[in-house]
Amino acid sequence: MLVIKDLYAKVEGKDILKGINLTVNAGEVHAIMGPNGSGKSTLANVLAGHTNFEVTHGSITFNGKDIFDMSPDIRAKEGLFLSFQYPVEIPGVSMVNFLKTAVNEHRKYRNEKELTAGDFLKLMREKKAMVQIDSQLTNRSVNEGFSGGEKKKNEIFQMAMLEPTLAILDETDSGLDIDALRIVSNGVNMLKTKDNATILVTHYQRLLDYIVPDFVHVLYEGRIVKSAGKELAIEIEEKGYDWIKKELGE
Amino acid sequence: MTEVLEKIGAVPRISEIYGTNLTTIADGLPGWMNHTRYPALKAFQRMGIPGFRTENYKYTDLTRLFENENFRRSFTPDNFEVNLSEVFSCDVPEFDTHLILTVNGWYDEISNKDTQYPEGVIVKSLRNAIKENTELVEKYYGKLALSDEDPLIALNTLFAQDGIFIYIPDNLHISKPLQIINVLRSDDDLYVTQRNMLIAGKNSQAKIMLCDHTLVPQQFINNNITEVQIGEEAVIDIYSIQNQHNKTASFSGIYVHQERSSELVTNAITLHGGIIRNNLKVLLDGEQASAKICGLALSDKNQHVDNYTNIEHIKPNCQSNQLYKNILDDNSTGGFTGRIHVLPYAAKTAAFQRNNNVLLTNAAKMNTKPQLVIDNDDVKCSHGATVGRINDEALFYLQARGINEKEARLMLMFAFAHEVLAEIKIEKLRDVIDQLVNKRLRGEVSKCHSCALDCIR
Amino acid sequence: MEDQNKLIKEVTQRDYRFGFVSDIETDTIVKGLNEEVIRIISAKKDEPEFMLEFRLKAYRRWLTMKMPEWAQIKMPVIDYQEIIYYAAPTQQAKYESLNEVDPELLRTFEKLGIPLEEQKMLSGVAVDAVIDSVSVKTTFKETLAERGIIFCSFSDAVKHHPDLIQKYLGMAVPYNDNYFAALNSAVFSDGSFVYIPKGTRCPMELSTYFRINAKNTGQFERTLIIADDDSYVSYLEGCTAPMRDENQLHAAIVEIIAMDRAEVKYSTVQNWYPGDKNGKGGIFNFVTKRGICKGVSSKICWNQVETGSAITWKYPSCVLMGDNSIAEFNSVALTNNYQQADTGTKMIHIGKNTKSTIVSKGISAGHSSNSYRGLVRVAPKAENARNYSQCDSLLLGDTCGAHTFPYIEVGNSSSIIEHEATTSKIGEDQIFYCNQRGISTEDAIGMIVNGYAREVINKLPMEFAVEAQKLLQISLEGSVG
Repeated sequence: MLVIKDLYAKVEGKDILKGINLTVNAGEVHAIMGPNGSGKSTLANVLAGHTNFEVTHGSITFNGKDIFDMSPDIRAKEGLFLSFQYPVEIPGVSMVNFLKTAVNEHRKYRNEKELTAGDFLKLMREKKAMVQIDSQLTNRSVNEGFSGGEKKKNEIFQMAMLEPTLAILDETDSGLDIDALRIVSNGVNMLKTKDNATILVTHYQRLLDYIVPDFVHVLYEGRIVKSAGKELAIEIEEKGYDWIKKELGE
Repeated sequence: MTEVLEKIGAVPRISEIYGTNLTTIADGLPGWMNHTRYPALKAFQRMGIPGFRTENYKYTDLTRLFENENFRRSFTPDNFEVNLSEVFSCDVPEFDTHLILTVNGWYDEISNKDTQYPEGVIVKSLRNAIKENTELVEKYYGKLALSDEDPLIALNTLFAQDGIFIYIPDNLHISKPLQIINVLRSDDDLYVTQRNMLIAGKNSQAKIMLCDHTLVPQQFINNNITEVQIGEEAVIDIYSIQNQHNKTASFSGIYVHQERSSELVTNAITLHGGIIRNNLKVLLDGEQASAKICGLALSDKNQHVDNYTNIEHIKPNCQSNQLYKNILDDNSTGGFTGRIHVLPYAAKTAAFQRNNNVLLTNAAKMNTKPQLVIDNDDVKCSHGATVGRINDEALFYLQARGINEKEARLMLMFAFAHEVLAEIKIEKLRDVIDQLVNKRLRGEVSKCHSCALDCIR
Repeated sequence: MEDQNKLIKEVTQRDYRFGFVSDIETDTIVKGLNEEVIRIISAKKDEPEFMLEFRLKAYRRWLTMKMPEWAQIKMPVIDYQEIIYYAAPTQQAKYESLNEVDPELLRTFEKLGIPLEEQKMLSGVAVDAVIDSVSVKTTFKETLAERGIIFCSFSDAVKHHPDLIQKYLGMAVPYNDNYFAALNSAVFSDGSFVYIPKGTRCPMELSTYFRINAKNTGQFERTLIIADDDSYVSYLEGCTAPMRDENQLHAAIVEIIAMDRAEVKYSTVQNWYPGDKNGKGGIFNFVTKRGICKGVSSKICWNQVETGSAITWKYPSCVLMGDNSIAEFNSVALTNNYQQADTGTKMIHIGKNTKSTIVSKGISAGHSSNSYRGLVRVAPKAENARNYSQCDSLLLGDTCGAHTFPYIEVGNSSSIIEHEATTSKIGEDQIFYCNQRGISTEDAIGMIVNGYAREVINKLPMEFAVEAQKLLQISLEGSVG
């Protein structure tokens, strides 16, 4: 589904990613871990197409298509979803209007009929129940005045609405209390099918107790330095990242 | 007296005063300086006396003042013996400053002759600087205070003969504040013109205090302009304390040019005065330059205090922050015009402005005119203005804790005022002014023909 | 960012939809302005003597006045002798049924989307259509008359209700108020008149559509709304004009009088032709609008969405005379290309416990300039006056300007006046967030701009709100960054 080959990227002239290789297949859950500043969020943003990040080398194909030819909204409509580490507030734009536009843009892209207001509201009710999001939130402006936990729940709710084939969850666990973490994880697990895939970007192992990964990768100084099964996450939890740095001979 | 004057009108009369005294005014001064006078005269005649028709003077009408004055002009230094003990009374021991004295707009050679300054610092009369530091003065004179922009600048330039010249060399940090005391003293009503220049070299630091000091009950009009050049990374604070009697009209113009990474702090504390108009223009003309501009005015009786600021963001990444407050009692009137102008290339500008005012009576009046002129989209700018009364809830809260209403009001007013005073970085001065404001709010500072700092003794 | 700039340009440079010219026979008089012209206008309208006197007084006063210069506006000098001051569709006056109306005229209004036909009137809006200064059709007159509501063209009101006109004309906007008010008072040709009797709630929205059609004409209409004690009315105003290379002058006056406990809501969606992408042509829109909250607890609310005109210069104002009266001003002004808008309000507090609110949202794109200019004045006797003003500016791109010039004059110590203003741009992160959800940059900008203006748009009557939202998006077309 997603193939990243020898990816280099920089932010404000500074090299952050230095040769990433990663393949994600349908039905898989990948966790990308690593210490602060290792490039985790950069990778997530490069995948989504943020213009602040400049790709200098390498390729990314998504469902066989070169992703660099696509603007961020096309990538989204191709089925790539980013759950933001810091969801953006958009004053005055109601959640309903925002999501209705998003959902219908996706449908138009797939040559499907746009949803009527009634159908849309019905869909929204279903999904809201599924991710246990407070009804009140959808009556407000996008992320405006939401608490940290509400913002993250809102991201998962949007994911439920848009049903992406590849979901990238950027530090979705940060700033969540245990109940919110459970709700968010439940949402992610519930949306999992054999046809879609998930990339969890996280600093801590905590989230992986709830969403069990098939593969764990350690990102360090812009490269994936270690890949293994879920047991790697547990090892990191116990020992921290230092032993990996030592292994790398630093 | 007034009958005749009304017929002539202020503009032709002042033009005539200039014409009659032309040779005296120009005497001893170089051609390049005297050549600025004629354009100034033209500019003055074109703009006329500032009044409500002049947009920038909408709330300070000076036409009556100028139509009715027939004050003496001091075209040569007045030979007053300044009673030093009287003047220096404010030099309380713990308040250690380098003193600089002017009398009626003239640099006072006698009083200043023994003052020691840190090495490299030049403090002298503008006249002497013109002779001895010609290059510097000629380079900067009249470059920031532009006659075409303001009739009061035009008038000042027309009659400018002397004032203070201060030069702080590169990399010098002066720890003791420079305290400028402008003494007004005359046996008859007097019109005073003073022109100053301050040049702060790269990475220099200094704190300047301006104190106006009226020694006699005569009427004065004081037109005082200072041009300030602040070099790269220099840090300059300018504090002015205005405490003059109610027959004084005081116009103070400060025009500043800031280079890269320089920092400016100004704080104008007005305790007393007849008609006070403070003009401040700051050009942020180097990246990372910052300006913190503050003012507090307490007015009562028929006083009028008007602060005008114009902050021009010319280069990117500069910051400006303005905070002005007025407390108005009796029939006093207040004005505030604050202009933030972000020029097209000044991206990443952060410019903020706040003006808060409290009216204590229905006869008092506050006019405020905050303005944003933004020609770049990558900016953070905001302004806010309020005119209101003492917060009822807060008042009630204090009363509920057993504080009587009068005291509670004073506490709240003082708290309101203190936000501005907190920006004074000279601790001793802040304490002194804190006390002064407290007394002023209690109506205990009323000794008007004396300087502010005298009152605390 | 560059792509975004390009998109802003594309989005903001779409074409003006209402730029067609209708081929309607018009009766015009010779161009130019003098007392004779004013006499002709008055005679053509068969006016009583007091009207002619009012016009001449205004004209003589106008001659002594000068075009004001204080606004933040660049414009060519207007040659008042080159303007035609009276142009009317020849087939004007009384239409018994729509069948008698010039079919071209009907098509014009159809194109504008104005429901002139009675069937369409089921939408519940009574319309007075003014084309080139003359009211051509007022609908629902009879239904309204049953309740004693007068809704007719200004000319009809002069004929049938001269007492009301004589009493209220110039009460809110005196003939000598300002340069353009004096000009309008001298030459105005028509407009709408509304009278809501005591205790009556107007059952439907009243609406005027203004259309400039003829060439070289100025439009000088005049609206007068009187809401008697305990009445309510909501009034809508819409405007369009053909695309022409030369500038055309529109100098209107709106006067509102609200008596005890009366409430008037006046909503404008102004979409005069703004000129082309290079700033050629377009309407000069210099309008004087003022309401007097004359009675106790009366309320006047000005809502406006301003997207058109080459130059807009207007300050819908309120004089809060009655104790406990309330005034609101809600405005969205969008400028693009070379448009200039200098708009705002005046709130004059005279009565006790009066309250005013100002919400102004400026949006600038292209090379345009957008200024808020407002005055809040509290008279010494206006105990407990309260004003809150919020003026926000949104800049799209780095070639436009946003300016805020509030004037606050307070002479009462028990009043509380607050003013806040901010300037911002659309965050790149906001656009990226929308993109990531599959929303294109163009749609994202439209969405964010509408979100920004929502507070004001929500104040508009439903149909107008939808119209206004679309208009904001269209007006931005070709400009987005």
